[in-house]
Amino acid sequence: MTTFSELRLDGVRRRFGGKDALAGLSLTIRRGEFIALLGPSGCGKSTALNCLAGLLPLTEGSIWQDGDRLDTLPPERRGFGMVFQSYALFPHLSVRKNISFGLQMRRLPRDEVRRRTDEAIKLVRLEEHARKLPGQLSGGQQQRVAIARAVVLEPSLVLMDEPLSNLDAKLRLEMRTEIRRLHQSLGLTTVYVTHDQEEALSLADRLVVLRDGRVEQIGTPEELHNRPANRHVADFMGYRNLVPMRVKAVHGDTVALDGSGLTLEGTPVGPVAAGDEVVAGIRPEDLRAGPHGVPVTVEVVEYQGRELAVEARTEEGVALFLRAAERPAPGDRITVTAAPSRVLVFGAGTR
Amino acid sequence: MTRAALRHRLAERGIDRQLLLLAPALACVLALFVYPFAYGIGLSFQPAEGGVLGAYRTFFTDAYQRDTIATTLGLALPAAILNVAASVPIAYRMRGRFRGKRLLTTVLVVPITLGTVLTAEGLLNYLGPTGWFNRTLISVGLTDAPVRLTNNYWGVFFSLVITGFPFAFLLILSYLSGIDPTLDRAAATLGAPWWQRFRRITLPLLAPGLATTFCLTFVLAFSVFPSAVLVGDPAGETRVISIAAYHAAYEVYDYPLGSAIAVIMGLVELAVVAVVLGLRSLLYTGSTGGKG
Repeated sequence: MTTFSELRLDGVRRRFGGKDALAGLSLTIRRGEFIALLGPSGCGKSTALNCLAGLLPLTEGSIWQDGDRLDTLPPERRGFGMVFQSYALFPHLSVRKNISFGLQMRRLPRDEVRRRTDEAIKLVRLEEHARKLPGQLSGGQQQRVAIARAVVLEPSLVLMDEPLSNLDAKLRLEMRTEIRRLHQSLGLTTVYVTHDQEEALSLADRLVVLRDGRVEQIGTPEELHNRPANRHVADFMGYRNLVPMRVKAVHGDTVALDGSGLTLEGTPVGPVAAGDEVVAGIRPEDLRAGPHGVPVTVEVVEYQGRELAVEARTEEGVALFLRAAERPAPGDRITVTAAPSRVLVFGAGTR
Repeated sequence: MTRAALRHRLAERGIDRQLLLLAPALACVLALFVYPFAYGIGLSFQPAEGGVLGAYRTFFTDAYQRDTIATTLGLALPAAILNVAASVPIAYRMRGRFRGKRLLTTVLVVPITLGTVLTAEGLLNYLGPTGWFNRTLISVGLTDAPVRLTNNYWGVFFSLVITGFPFAFLLILSYLSGIDPTLDRAAATLGAPWWQRFRRITLPLLAPGLATTFCLTFVLAFSVFPSAVLVGDPAGETRVISIAAYHAAYEVYDYPLGSAIAVIMGLVELAVVAVVLGLRSLLYTGSTGGKG
């Protein structure tokens, strides 16, 4: 395996027709790390991955593997493995030949090609399907071929472009575990692109949240989950209630808010002062129906197993998403409340 | 009750009153294609003398007639191969999107719209003994006497390439754009340089399309008539099979022989197409992942 201690992206910028698809991404990836690039479609995450792979030339910036400059090399000379969203398996080659393709390109001795291909096929548990064409496999099996094909070369970096987005929900969970297991057992360094925050949080050691080609926040899953830096990251991290409010008063670590038919206490992210227009972010699971709180009217109730997901409206007509243990009926008036530590307040700089 | 049930069962098989709408088209096909075709085949078995197969016997025993098959194959096969072979690299370069692609495609398509007669006239003017090409060669001093490029094999060959190439090129370009470009990129990330990507990924996926394109350009070239007369040597080197058929039917007025030659012409084409499609069936012919 070609080893390195760190891979550095230095102000990587990519412009498409005068518009920045990626506006200056700087990131240092340490060996063995699992990095997730997270963001909505069009945020530049796939552009970043293609720039890393060498499939897109950079407009500005550079990519370094320790002391070596990589961004001037064509993709075939970078030695990275890539798993494509569409899998991009060669339809005319058997599973075995798909997996051995990269080894053959390296002109390795025939015995070694056979041994390493066998190992990779075993690793993804496709022994029985080795002679089949990709078209004869299920989506999950094709996905495993794509992964085996990328990791058989023991690449210094594995790039994955939304590899699970074409699978059904159950398979997605299975493959997620599989990918993390492979990452750990093979000691890979992985950059993983996704728009699914749950996938990113569960897989990655560090997350990079992108929006409109810009980095919004870089951090561990815990940091992003608990302390999103701004409302866009919060939106992505499951803060489904983002309610415009006003700061009434500041009491040490907490602030009193009102507006949109709500009165709440919250924890500010960044400096806020009394009178500021802010956005309050609350996860549905942190907004509970209880005896004391703000009155709202129930509109839609969805059964979700252990809990009920409720959509309600405040007196000013702002929609709220919350959880309830008992089933309220649509049209019911209930009161809701949230712990101040669970209400994040995003001021002007972090809106 | 039973009447309704019968109508339902027929409708399930797609037999209902709307089928009558097919009648005019069917009548046209029968009257304009099937009947003359069958009539021609029937005619070929009714020569004035020599029994049922007399016309065929006449064709195969007369070397002057028989050799037209070899002459035509000698023109059509190389022309079709060249058209396909030359289209591949150009189409490969042009498979992506770039500025001016539409203009370039239009320029390449122009020869199809011109027709063989205009092409032939152009060739005679340009490549003829006093044409620009030869005058340039002589004035530069590369040759003393004009190179003969018209009214012989080469004239017809050039004409077949000029009219056949755009056709082959457009077909191959559309086959190429049907191959998912991600496959090429995937091969690149696996360490394959461009020629390996072409040889191992693009070419195998393109091969069935090349076979089909070859068949179509071959059939077009095999039935060459106007250019064989206009820029060829219709009494000698380029006496192709369609000239033989024309000669028999409309100069000698031996309709059975003319029909027999036409039938033989069809059979030779079918044989070549069958061989190529047979080879094609050995290739991978499934999905190529792209939009086409």
